[in-house]
Amino acid sequence: MSHADPPNGSREIGAQDSKSRSILDDKGIRRALTRIAHEILERNEEPEVLYLVAIPNGGVPLARILASNLAEIAGLEVAVGVLDTTLYRDDLMTSGARPLLRRTEMPSAVDERVVVLVDDVVKTGRTIRAAMDALMDFGRPQAVQVVGLVDRGHRELPIKLDYVGKNVPTHVGEAVRLRGNGSDAEDLLEVVVLPVEENAA
Amino acid sequence: MSRLLIRGGRLLDPAAKRDEPGDVLCLDGRIEAVGTDLDVRGAEVVDAEGAWITPGFVDLHAHLREPGQEYKEDIASGGRAAVAGGFTAVACMANTDPVNDDPAMTDFILDRARQDSPAKVYPIAAATRRLEGQLMTEMSALIDAGAVAFSDDGRTIMDSCVMRRVLEYSRLVNVPVIVHCEDRTLVGQGVVNEGAMSTRLGLPGNPGIAETVHVARDVILAEFTGAHLHVAHVSTAGGVASIRAARERGLNVTAEVTPHHLTLTDEETAGFDTNTKVAPPLRSAQDVAACRAGLVDGTIDAIATDHAPHAMHEKDQEFTEAPHGMIGLETAAAVTLDLVRSGELSPLAWVARLSTAPARILRRPGGSLAPGEPADVTVLDPDRRWHYDPAKGYSKSRNSPWAGRDLIGRVVTTIVDGMIVYHVDRGALVP
Amino acid sequence: MIGRDLLGIEDLEREDIEKILETAMHMREVGERDVKKVPTLRGRTIVNLFFEASTRTRASFEIAGKRLSADVVNFSPASSSLKKAESILDTARTLDAMDPDAVVVRHAVSGVPRRIADVLGAPVINAGDGAHEHPTQALLDILTVQQEKGRIDGLTVTIVGDIAHSRVARSNIYGFRKMGAEVRVAAPPPMIPADVEALGVKAYTSLRESLDGVDVVMALRIQNERLVGSWFPSVREYSATFGLDRAKLRYARDGAIVMHPGPVNRGVELSHDLADHRPSVILDQVRNGVAIRMAVLYLFAGRHRGGGPFAQQGAQ
Repeated sequence: MSHADPPNGSREIGAQDSKSRSILDDKGIRRALTRIAHEILERNEEPEVLYLVAIPNGGVPLARILASNLAEIAGLEVAVGVLDTTLYRDDLMTSGARPLLRRTEMPSAVDERVVVLVDDVVKTGRTIRAAMDALMDFGRPQAVQVVGLVDRGHRELPIKLDYVGKNVPTHVGEAVRLRGNGSDAEDLLEVVVLPVEENAA
Repeated sequence: MSRLLIRGGRLLDPAAKRDEPGDVLCLDGRIEAVGTDLDVRGAEVVDAEGAWITPGFVDLHAHLREPGQEYKEDIASGGRAAVAGGFTAVACMANTDPVNDDPAMTDFILDRARQDSPAKVYPIAAATRRLEGQLMTEMSALIDAGAVAFSDDGRTIMDSCVMRRVLEYSRLVNVPVIVHCEDRTLVGQGVVNEGAMSTRLGLPGNPGIAETVHVARDVILAEFTGAHLHVAHVSTAGGVASIRAARERGLNVTAEVTPHHLTLTDEETAGFDTNTKVAPPLRSAQDVAACRAGLVDGTIDAIATDHAPHAMHEKDQEFTEAPHGMIGLETAAAVTLDLVRSGELSPLAWVARLSTAPARILRRPGGSLAPGEPADVTVLDPDRRWHYDPAKGYSKSRNSPWAGRDLIGRVVTTIVDGMIVYHVDRGALVP
Repeated sequence: MIGRDLLGIEDLEREDIEKILETAMHMREVGERDVKKVPTLRGRTIVNLFFEASTRTRASFEIAGKRLSADVVNFSPASSSLKKAESILDTARTLDAMDPDAVVVRHAVSGVPRRIADVLGAPVINAGDGAHEHPTQALLDILTVQQEKGRIDGLTVTIVGDIAHSRVARSNIYGFRKMGAEVRVAAPPPMIPADVEALGVKAYTSLRESLDGVDVVMALRIQNERLVGSWFPSVREYSATFGLDRAKLRYARDGAIVMHPGPVNRGVELSHDLADHRPSVILDQVRNGVAIRMAVLYLFAGRHRGGGPFAQQGAQ
């Protein structure tokens, strides 16, 4: 779930560290992504038409790692794009402030491709639905599959994930966030759960 | 025999230079006695405890809009607004429809006033026919009909030769020629003071020189002709300076200033509120300071409201389209008391500028509480706080920048010819 | 801090401008797609209330609204008082009763969008009022410079032309200054407005001096034919003294860019050559215009039930 993340990067301000609990550390995330890369290759007979599309902000480092995994395992140069879903959200006019937009970069065409959406946390399923609407405006993919690093349940729409890193039961009011960029040792990836009171809407 | 006693207030009589506690006794429309321990048998009593007792205010400059634009105001409603503001007499300008450039029109106005106005009305007749600034009016006949002065106010006499002749001829009847000093060619399309404000707002500017050029011209013409020139609504530092220089040279030049030009700067126009659109426009802080100083040192003789009613639908237009003007009869006292509160004017000096000076300029009785004078008296509570809602006022119009503001200083009772015509709790009487 | 309406740059803080610019950059990307449409304002109604005719700005707002899937309604009441059936505020009140999600107002007289905003429940976006402000124009100008130069801080900008009657000049003065640029104005003396220094700019009556060390030159259109002869003697003399061509541009810094809000009077404000070729960036300005207006509609439309568009993230 990326709606309330700060616009640039996934790092949160440290003040909330004391109350958050970690559910997946950097090692765990990378192991899951390695397994998912294998699963993707297993499922897709024509890996050349794969197109990883990250949903910012959390999906970006994950898609990058997945792409690198696919290259390592199968020697595949997978296309990677970034697709901001903000303009396709169904709650823009009802919530308070207008959220700021994020980067969209779709270097390849979507037609005839198997698009693999990559998101960090999936909850209600609305972000994935918005991403699919956006994708349709870009073209006509052959198929759409979804990678969710963390599936925390509480679906409000009939969205299923094709590849899951970890299933984590949570309270509805809690927030689950991916922290870090994973690009260097100082910036390790981590998935944390924030308690109800500190959860910004 | 009707007796009226105004009791227990602070007497402020500029004509007698008197500022002390006391009472005023009126008999049959005239002031009978002033002081303490007066013989008050059978007198109706007006309680002036905690209030000032002053000669009735005289407004040198108001637009009563009758005949022709009675939807904005008429002599009846204007008269009521006047007494609600403490004015026992109002001089009304000639830019009605038709213009008051004819004895029959002057007669009409006086007749309406006699019937419907609680305040005395002094018609100011046009200086030129139909205010066209070309041919002069029959000044002698107009004076006989009851006019008190001449003015093309609303317009300016642009032709200097016409202005010269008008001033010369006015010496026949020995009354002031009241001038609205604005060189129309310099005003152009201007609707706000030309300066930082007009630049910020992107509205056409009306430069101060439009006024100062004509004040200078008219002062020179007044000196040349020997006439009595009265400058209406001075608004610029340059205008004040010209008048001061003229007075120092002993010229017969008098001047008035409005409550808004004494207290509001062009910053008021920032919200594009058309109730701040007025001619001459609200000016810079330096101009306001110069007008205040001019009023204090006597360069400017009088405060005059330039009460200019306009209907809501007229003011509810684009800033460039809305007509100029604001109403002011009911708020003049509260607004100009600012100069007393700041210490710039003593209460006596303030009263003089609202009563004695205007009466003198118009050569009318007034501005004095001496026995024998007409019993035109204003009772004012200078500390009374009130909320100004023009919808609840007596003027038919509501175009005031003070609408919705809390003001300090309110007229409690107004007496004209010994009769109570206004009381703050009972309202204005229709004669 | 910005509220419900976009009436002028004067009311914005630097961070507000930055947020609008950033949003516009993302909207530019939408404009580069094949399907130039997103469903963001689907079912919303945008009213273009243009009292003053304008094909370019209106078309730009219309395209912007449609790219966001909004329903765009054009309303052009006659602006002459003789033809006016309804007063401006009555028109606004009537519109308000139809509950639009945003009203874009353009009028020949300053202050009208502000007065309309006072009576309207819907957000009001000023598309140009008299000589007062034209906020979306300034925003697209700033965006264009940012794309060309990478930043605004520390740049020097000269605006040349009829400053006195120009809302584009005023909005740009506020905008560029808030973003950290030094702004100059250059014009024949009668067209330099009174006390313009109070806006924080230096005024020049010599084009050459005003261009010294300058990174951006913005030429304004010579608007009204009625000004010729009374505000300046002739178009020929204006062109000779303040018209821009490659030769005069050499007085500016190397790499200086040339801008114009359009439409250009070729041979008057800009030479034919400059009007059509680099370093003038006029077409980029137009492209950015749609993006800026999309950003503005996205941020301001539909807001009349809540706070401003820059209320705290997460506040309800």
